[in-house]
Amino acid sequence: MDTVQTRHSFDEELQQMKQDILKMGSVVEEMLAGAVKALRERDKNLADEVIAKDDIVDEYNLNIEQTCLRLLALQQPMARDLRTIAAALYIIKDVERMGDYALDIAKAAKKLADYEPITQLIKIPRMAEIVQKMLRDSLRAYVNHDIEVISEIAQEDDEVDILYRQVRDGMIGLIKDNPKSAAQAVELILAARYLERIADHITNIGERISYMETGHLRELH
Amino acid sequence: MVADVELMHKDDPMNARAYAAPAGDICLSVKNLNVWYGDSLALKNISIDIPSKEITALIGPSGCGKSTFLRSINRMNDLIPSARTTGEIWLDGEDILDQGMDVVRLRKNVGMVFQRPNPFPKSIFDNVAYGPRVHGVNDRRELAMIVEKSLRRAAIWDEVKDELHKSAFDLSGGQQQRLCIARALAVEPKVLLMDEPASALDPISTLKIEELMRELKNEITIVIVTHNMQQAARVSSYTGFFLMGELIEFGPSTTIFTTPRDKRTEDYVTGRFG
Repeated sequence: MDTVQTRHSFDEELQQMKQDILKMGSVVEEMLAGAVKALRERDKNLADEVIAKDDIVDEYNLNIEQTCLRLLALQQPMARDLRTIAAALYIIKDVERMGDYALDIAKAAKKLADYEPITQLIKIPRMAEIVQKMLRDSLRAYVNHDIEVISEIAQEDDEVDILYRQVRDGMIGLIKDNPKSAAQAVELILAARYLERIADHITNIGERISYMETGHLRELH
Repeated sequence: MVADVELMHKDDPMNARAYAAPAGDICLSVKNLNVWYGDSLALKNISIDIPSKEITALIGPSGCGKSTFLRSINRMNDLIPSARTTGEIWLDGEDILDQGMDVVRLRKNVGMVFQRPNPFPKSIFDNVAYGPRVHGVNDRRELAMIVEKSLRRAAIWDEVKDELHKSAFDLSGGQQQRLCIARALAVEPKVLLMDEPASALDPISTLKIEELMRELKNEITIVIVTHNMQQAARVSSYTGFFLMGELIEFGPSTTIFTTPRDKRTEDYVTGRFG
């Protein structure tokens, strides 16, 4: 059977929508990198730059949602197209929430900039590196219809969970040793907690991709 | 959903198709149906169980065999001199394709509605009373009861009850189609075949026909052929996809339209080939 291109403009719009999701993800990735750098280097200006980027993410979120609703209403997509658009509607909510967490980390960075550091940050930047890679991989997997990467995402999520618990336990230790460090330690626990939540949202994306590709829902965490 | 999948022709991998057997009672059981028009094979070894009191939609591109399949179920292909049919279609313990089958009785049990409304050049009343009269009902009161009941079942009674003796041609296209459905229902068929019943109608008339189908399926089995995939998705509980005379995939409509198993079904329902 000859397959001819019968839905050219629809395909173009779908591709454009996927590209917008990648762009939205890359803004969140930059926010994450910037927020954790601001936290480590006590850089208020950088934190402000991160905070400003949240509006861009929100705008992508709204625009992509509108595109999805328009495609659903006007193109009546079926089967894989339908699953791709349904996945997009979930994915942008997860990415938007990640942007909010990055924003929270940037706010924490601003608060901590006024204090003398209580510890050198190693595990939190490591967590940020992992979640940035997870985010990048998951969105590429969405765009390229690739489910191979999903099991990797599940493993990386476990790694992030372990790092979070180590940060939390470390901070509790610091508070015990020096109660005056509590204000800073709590902010750092929260920052680690936000990164851990971001990883959870990325596994949600993995689940949506898995559904999109196979038609079966699969819990990753 | 995976457990209910079986291959229709386990012995012949070339003919293996994505086939999910219907869960409930079976109304029509089709086995190895082949139809030729002259030398050309229009239907290739079709086997399918049509569920009872459900709406089954048949979809596929023009010339895929879906209308030929529909017309086999009430032996309409007999009217085409070059048509030749082999195989079996079981309804209520009888093989419809059996040479001894009384075709008039068959068409009482298996009614049909066509693409263009085709009322007789008679009054609304006489259109609906036609079938029962052919089958020997002559009592005026009984006929009046049948006509009212049929028009009510076809959701057109309220619109025509005061003008039953007007010509059917005075009705709108959508009303004429519902009249044709009433005419088909008047002989109490078990199965109603619908060949593109709404393709000549406006969107509101189309939705009325679809709503009517949903009500009717509580009582009868409906098989609809449609080019309109959204319509198939809206009304049917099962869908079969035909391509070049073959049944490529059959299963719950939800599966066919969200997660079809066969690449060709996927390509068709997403509009990716022509």
